[in-house]
Amino acid sequence: MFVTSAYAQTAPAASETPAAPAGEVHTETGVAHGGEHESAGFPPFDSSHFASQLLWLAITFGLFYLVIQKVIMPRVGGIIEDRKGRIAGDLEEAGRLKAEADAAVETYEKELAQARSKANGIADAARNDAKAKAAADRTAIEAELAAKLAAAETRIGEIKSKAFAEVGAIAEETATAIVDQLIGGKATGDDIKAAVAAAKTGA
Amino acid sequence: MANDPIHQFHINTIVPIEIGGIDFSFTNASLFMVATVAIAAGFLYFSTSQRSLIPGRAQSVAEMSYEFVANMLREGAGSHGMKFFPLVFSLFMFILTANLIGMFPYFFTVTSQIIVTFALSILVVGLVVVYGFAKHGLRFLKLFVPSGVPGALLPLVVLIEVISFIARPISLSVRLFANMLAGHITLKVFAGFVTSLGALGALGIGTAILPLIMTVALTGLEFLVAFLQAYVFAVLTCMYLNDALHPDGH
Repeated sequence: MFVTSAYAQTAPAASETPAAPAGEVHTETGVAHGGEHESAGFPPFDSSHFASQLLWLAITFGLFYLVIQKVIMPRVGGIIEDRKGRIAGDLEEAGRLKAEADAAVETYEKELAQARSKANGIADAARNDAKAKAAADRTAIEAELAAKLAAAETRIGEIKSKAFAEVGAIAEETATAIVDQLIGGKATGDDIKAAVAAAKTGA
Repeated sequence: MANDPIHQFHINTIVPIEIGGIDFSFTNASLFMVATVAIAAGFLYFSTSQRSLIPGRAQSVAEMSYEFVANMLREGAGSHGMKFFPLVFSLFMFILTANLIGMFPYFFTVTSQIIVTFALSILVVGLVVVYGFAKHGLRFLKLFVPSGVPGALLPLVVLIEVISFIARPISLSVRLFANMLAGHITLKVFAGFVTSLGALGALGIGTAILPLIMTVALTGLEFLVAFLQAYVFAVLTCMYLNDALHPDGH
């Protein structure tokens, strides 16, 4: 900063006196004027042009700032936002499609499982039906057999009791005949009956 | 005269204008300010006029510079700082374009004038001060009082902070100005060696190759410096704006 001010002080002191009267020469002979400045000092520290530079910088940079703020920024920002939005939208769409595909796979698997369980159910039902029918047939046959057996048994019992009853009469006849043969006397019918009955119960 | 490395920084009046005894002439510096703004604004305007979803090369460059500055500002000054985006983007694009235009032979470098860089720095620091006081009132002064400093050291620390704050516009402007000035002088000096050695005859032409290589290398370096200084100016602007936005949060 000290260097700057030092130059700034010497520059106008040396240049302003010749530069002010040479204002008209300024435009025509820029080279000659440049030569003067060389002797005056380092051109970037020559304060005689500071005002002009500041003004033109303010005008140009101000304009540039406005163009950037009003035109460039919304436009470039818009382009980038659009692209981001588009990419996000595409990703979302891809996600949606994937979810759809997943859902389709899920329903397919669910239906497959349902069909499988249904098939199992049908098979089970058929098996159970066959089993039940077989059991019913068997019980029917068993019942029939049992009925036949019972009928046969009752018949045997009847025959047996009939036979027993007939045995009593035969025994009485036989006993009467034996008694006749052995003793010669006639045994009364009642005695023989009683004796046969006693033998039957004793046997 | 052609070899004078300072000659390129001379300001020549093109249209003399004088208001109230003050020289407001349209000079070559003014012409190149207009050119800088026209080129920068024109590039940004026409490269994005298609508004393509898939950008072309020019639109990519415009978008990249936009997002580059936007990220810089967001990182430097937080999301509240985005209200200063037009300013930081304008500063970055203006300085970058001015620096790059200066790389053309015979063209005037707007940013090699201390008054221009100083005006831009004062704009930034002035905005920091005005916005800081408008937003935070006297709390803005907390900027100079870092928390967690022992009481005995506090006056010294405050003094250092105040001095460093006052030095900001100077360091910000001198950095850009000196880089552009020194780079262009160095280029001119080495390029001058090429011609003056070449004029010495066969031996001179042989040795002139060395400064020629140097000039080529320096040209590359200067393009880097042209970008880097615009970047540094913009980054520091973001940091200073962060002070205005959050004076007690650093």
